[in-house]
Amino acid sequence: MIETWIAAFLTLCVFSFLYRENPFYRFAEHLFVGSAAGYLLAVQWNSVLIPNVWTPLVHGKDLVVLIPLALGLMMLARIWSKGAGIARWSIAFYVGIYSGVAIPGYMQAQIFAQLADAAKPWPAGFAGVNAALVFIGLITVLAYFFFSLPHRGIHGVGARIGIYFLMVAFGASFGYTVMARVSLLISRVQFLLRDWLHILPS
Amino acid sequence: MTWARKVLSIDRRIIFLLVAVGVVLPLLRPLNLPITVTPRVQAAYDAIDALPPGSKVLLSMDYEPDIMAELFPMSVAVLRHCFKKHLQVIAMTLYPAGTGLGQRALHTAAKAEGAVLNKDYAWLGYKSGFQVVMIGIGENLRGMYPVDFYGTPLDSIPVTRGVNSYRQMAMVINLSGSSATDYWIQFAQGRFHAPLVVGCTAVMATDYYPYLSSKQILGLVGGMKGAAEYERLIGILGDARRGMDAQSLVHLIVALLVIVGNLALFVSKRAGEDLGGRATGSMTR
Amino acid sequence: MRRGPLLVTFLSGAAVAALFFIPNYKAQAVNNKLLEWTLVVYAFALILGSMSLWNSHARKLKVRAEGWPFSLVTLVSLVVITVLGIWKGVDEGSPVGRIYNTVNSPLASTMFALLAFVIASAAFRAFRARSVEATLLLITAIVMMIGRVSIGPIISPHLPGITEWLLDVPNLAAKRAIAIGVGLGAVSTALKIILGIERSYLGRS
Repeated sequence: MIETWIAAFLTLCVFSFLYRENPFYRFAEHLFVGSAAGYLLAVQWNSVLIPNVWTPLVHGKDLVVLIPLALGLMMLARIWSKGAGIARWSIAFYVGIYSGVAIPGYMQAQIFAQLADAAKPWPAGFAGVNAALVFIGLITVLAYFFFSLPHRGIHGVGARIGIYFLMVAFGASFGYTVMARVSLLISRVQFLLRDWLHILPS
Repeated sequence: MTWARKVLSIDRRIIFLLVAVGVVLPLLRPLNLPITVTPRVQAAYDAIDALPPGSKVLLSMDYEPDIMAELFPMSVAVLRHCFKKHLQVIAMTLYPAGTGLGQRALHTAAKAEGAVLNKDYAWLGYKSGFQVVMIGIGENLRGMYPVDFYGTPLDSIPVTRGVNSYRQMAMVINLSGSSATDYWIQFAQGRFHAPLVVGCTAVMATDYYPYLSSKQILGLVGGMKGAAEYERLIGILGDARRGMDAQSLVHLIVALLVIVGNLALFVSKRAGEDLGGRATGSMTR
Repeated sequence: MRRGPLLVTFLSGAAVAALFFIPNYKAQAVNNKLLEWTLVVYAFALILGSMSLWNSHARKLKVRAEGWPFSLVTLVSLVVITVLGIWKGVDEGSPVGRIYNTVNSPLASTMFALLAFVIASAAFRAFRARSVEATLLLITAIVMMIGRVSIGPIISPHLPGITEWLLDVPNLAAKRAIAIGVGLGAVSTALKIILGIERSYLGRS
């Protein structure tokens, strides 16, 4: 099918970068940027502007929707250097909302819930040993990230232990990162071998 | 030139070739290595499997084509599980470029399981704003989504009729490759107490273990390996399972490369020369 | 001319934070309305990004800068897909839906697939056990890479158990501490923004 051949050609254009940068790769890169931006605009129009602005305004006669529409258009004024002042009002509204939403969200889910789980009684047996290690790890890593005091004495010892916990965590993250990146490649090779060259069964 | 110096000055395109061979060979000649299911994926499966038929589930597929390799097979597997269980799926996405992928996942899973649009699943499509959408769904679904992706009012769709917020949903399933998962935990679960199951890329998977421990999320499916485990649990042979042999071989290759690189460093140090290489170094220096 | 916007930030932020705690239905109706407005404004913020992209490439095209034919590719594809998408929709069967499956999706996924090669090369060249900490990181990474894939249990039946323990204990402890630290940082930054102490988001005066 022609579409599969176009997709395969573009895939190989990108892979050609592994040998060296070349015009095919640059073409694919610029096509990607333009098509992604165009798709984003088309989706905003169809999924947000029509159902959440146009339809309530024109068919529902909801004039209140003119407020966010005006704020949105003011945001676009940012594109011109003289329009930065107008755009500030929209940005201020938008940033204020997200800041207000963030406070209870982070406090509840990331601070209180995690501290509550850390403060639970330790079970008996091997699970208790693990729970103790988790607790020690939490305290020592927090000690490491506390830079207001120099890492000396007890604080220094705690911070050093915290570093070891962090290294294990980052090692685990790195192992998983390799897994993630390799998965992306496997998928593309599956496409080339199965959908394009029909070497693999569908 | 010592062997250590020869090894460390190897052209990177040789390494690229090794990786490419490591991917292609097992795809052409599968090794059929067994896939063991890990406890976190089992927990995710069990949480969804425990839902009674007819339960409504919100599935948010928050990813774009750059990470579809991990999350698309996961989406199809989870959707097929939901359809097998006769759960009613309300699907959405918070990423504009996720619109096409979400549709494709729904069509693929629906075709395989005989699910019907609007009767077994609804496709709400994309809305901008992340947190505001999540909070908005919790307060008034129709305020965020007056119509579905195809322009049909939600009251006309059997799946979404009577659904006004998370209270009418049995579970929220988030498949994401970004901080959207953090916001689902903060708002859908933290604020509105919706049971939450998470699927994410392998890069992010290690970050969510604290939320598993605190029971803020019921299960975690991480990366293509997680998708392969889920496919095994529901008894399908999808792209994720097919890719696991290649994953194993390339991991072995990368691990060997790291070991060889460090051996070369060790040998060169013993010989009194430092061949450099950018060290990870100590965080306290 | 920043006092007005700073006041808007304070009012909108404080309102939404306070309304979290007020269950009264009229208060929640105000909250919902503010959220619906934000959804629309967010969409325009994304549109602004595309306009900025247009400007950048149009400038290159105008002055015939190095690589200008590629900028023309960007601009043409942006315009064609936007117009087609607005005219015919973005459904899977529409022209834009087909372009998405043929162009966007393969290009995006292949761009990121390059990272597999890059990470292998970087791991070989830079991942060195030069200190105790780096050695610990390296050993954990190798155990995780081998233990979490299908070949792990074949090499050693203990590997899956070891990787589970690494994830459930030291990893959990460190990530919990990071989550708490990030939460505290996010809350303090949000407070600074609402109270007008942090003003960088408004740009230069």
